[in-house]
Amino acid sequence: MKTIYLDNNATTAIAPEVYEAMTPYLTQLYGNPSSMHTFGGQIHKKIEDSRSMVASLIGAQPEEIIFTSCGTESDNSAIMSALQLYPQKRHIITTRVEHPAVLSLCKYLSRKGYRITFLPVDSLGRLDMDFFYKSIDNDTAIVSIMYANNETGVIFPIREIGETLRERKILFHTDAVQAIGKIPINLRELPVDMLALSGHKLHAPKGIGVLYIRKGVRFSPYIIGGHQEHGRRAGTENVASIIAIGKACELASKSFQGETLYIANLRDKLERALIERCPNPRINGDVGNRLPNTTNLSFEYVEGEAILLRLNEHGICASSGSACTSGSLEPSHVLKAMGVPFTAIHGSIRFSLSRYNTEEDINTVIEIMPMVIKTLRELSPYGRKKDEKCSTPYYLES
Amino acid sequence: MWEYTDKLKDFFLNPKNVGEIENPDAVGEVGNIVCGDALKLTLLIDKESERITDAKFQTFGCASAIASSSALTELIKGKTLNEALNLTNKDIADFLGGLPREKMHCSVMGKEALDAAIANYRGQQKPAEAEEKIICKCFDVSEEKIRKVALENHLTTVEEITDYTKAGGGCGACIPDIEALLKTIWSVKAMPKAPVALKKLTNLQKIAMIQDIIEKDIRPRLQADGGDLELIDIEGNK
Repeated sequence: MKTIYLDNNATTAIAPEVYEAMTPYLTQLYGNPSSMHTFGGQIHKKIEDSRSMVASLIGAQPEEIIFTSCGTESDNSAIMSALQLYPQKRHIITTRVEHPAVLSLCKYLSRKGYRITFLPVDSLGRLDMDFFYKSIDNDTAIVSIMYANNETGVIFPIREIGETLRERKILFHTDAVQAIGKIPINLRELPVDMLALSGHKLHAPKGIGVLYIRKGVRFSPYIIGGHQEHGRRAGTENVASIIAIGKACELASKSFQGETLYIANLRDKLERALIERCPNPRINGDVGNRLPNTTNLSFEYVEGEAILLRLNEHGICASSGSACTSGSLEPSHVLKAMGVPFTAIHGSIRFSLSRYNTEEDINTVIEIMPMVIKTLRELSPYGRKKDEKCSTPYYLES
Repeated sequence: MWEYTDKLKDFFLNPKNVGEIENPDAVGEVGNIVCGDALKLTLLIDKESERITDAKFQTFGCASAIASSSALTELIKGKTLNEALNLTNKDIADFLGGLPREKMHCSVMGKEALDAAIANYRGQQKPAEAEEKIICKCFDVSEEKIRKVALENHLTTVEEITDYTKAGGGCGACIPDIEALLKTIWSVKAMPKAPVALKKLTNLQKIAMIQDIIEKDIRPRLQADGGDLELIDIEGNK
């Protein structure tokens, strides 16, 4: 059975070009870039090439890029650095819909006595900017707001936030893990002080992240040890993965012209078809301003985990904000913050696409998904009356 | 990803006894859509023998909720009401080859629906909402339910209560109440036991017992505040 992978906001396939670029560094080229001999030392140069490629994707200078182990480390490093450097400031602003990499850290810091403002969002997942302006004060050490939301794809007004914070001389960090590679970002003209990205969300392997730190912004290292990354992130370089993320960024910068449009078209086709064919659908998030690859849909009266496992039977990979998939009993904090009714959160499904998806993939999902919803609604004590006709795809009708 | 047994997967993908019996003799409805799962059980009962001749279910919920409901209907068909009442949530879980710990509440929901249906048949009234003391407001779980499930399944920790009833799994505000309730349940239960004669323990046995208490009771609390504890040595009885 063919795998139809529509869960690219969770992780992505390693691009063949990326795999090819990194493998020599897992086999023959195993030297330590800090070594004096050529065998190791030559690798240093390759790391710097990779740094330049990452920098060029986001409009940064190479020296503004440090390699970390993952997006979470980048996020944690940025926030903890601000608190180290400005110990008298005890206030952080973030959002209610952040990824746990920021959200859980902020909750932890709140238990340690920091004052945290969690900005609310509206029903379309858009940030409450009035609340943001009112929250800033002289005690604010750092503001950490994601570039785009991982569950809904909604993009936040990073420029507006950054301009305000620059005027107020407050550090601004953004978790851009979901946005990088999907929409163009140019830090030359975007007032952001620190930015996190992650390799495995843009077709590089897991275990590699990047923290961008704008030139002139002070930074206090999170991991203390050797002199690597100019003393800003100790630990022997994850060479193969650094090469990989450089290659992945190079591929991403080439992709903006055609591929983004290609992905957006597939996403829109999928979304439109599912809304047409499954009664009582609902789109979660601001359709006018979101990542081109993400759609978050709710189907009331059915439960997300059950949908996922039925899709799984057909090789289709997606994800859900339902409580039953989380391991805890809490449904998606993002959809809850948006005020999505519980009935709809439990039946929420996120499809996130990549350049490797095909028209055929989408057609298969369009064919399978209405059947899955129909079957589960027939099982459900709520679904029956409301869902008599789940239409068949046009090409199956005779 | 949950570790589901093949039997559970089969009962989820090909559930038996789906639907609603027309003119049923008994109806049991539990759960609600807000909590994330709900089950409607309908039964046909032979009046003379009090035997369940048919059972159908409708479930809103995850794979294990659907499979547990279907398993329930398979288990009770052909049983008398009294036999069915003896069924426990563990029987449902066992029938499916076991449930992930966090999903045990699905089997409890099955048992609850069965009890509700039989009470419905016998004309017993469920205690009015006002009379029930609700402990967990997020998932609407009563003190009575926690007490019952704790006793039936020998649950002693809040985590276990959450796995089996969902109580405490939402905002967490009721966790102290659940702890207090567990204390009353198990201290009363432990009373009639005769005092155990003290016997001499080897150092190893002592260490094992002390470690056990540290692991289960002391360490989690210390770690919650960022601290920790380590047993270094034992001298005599100190």
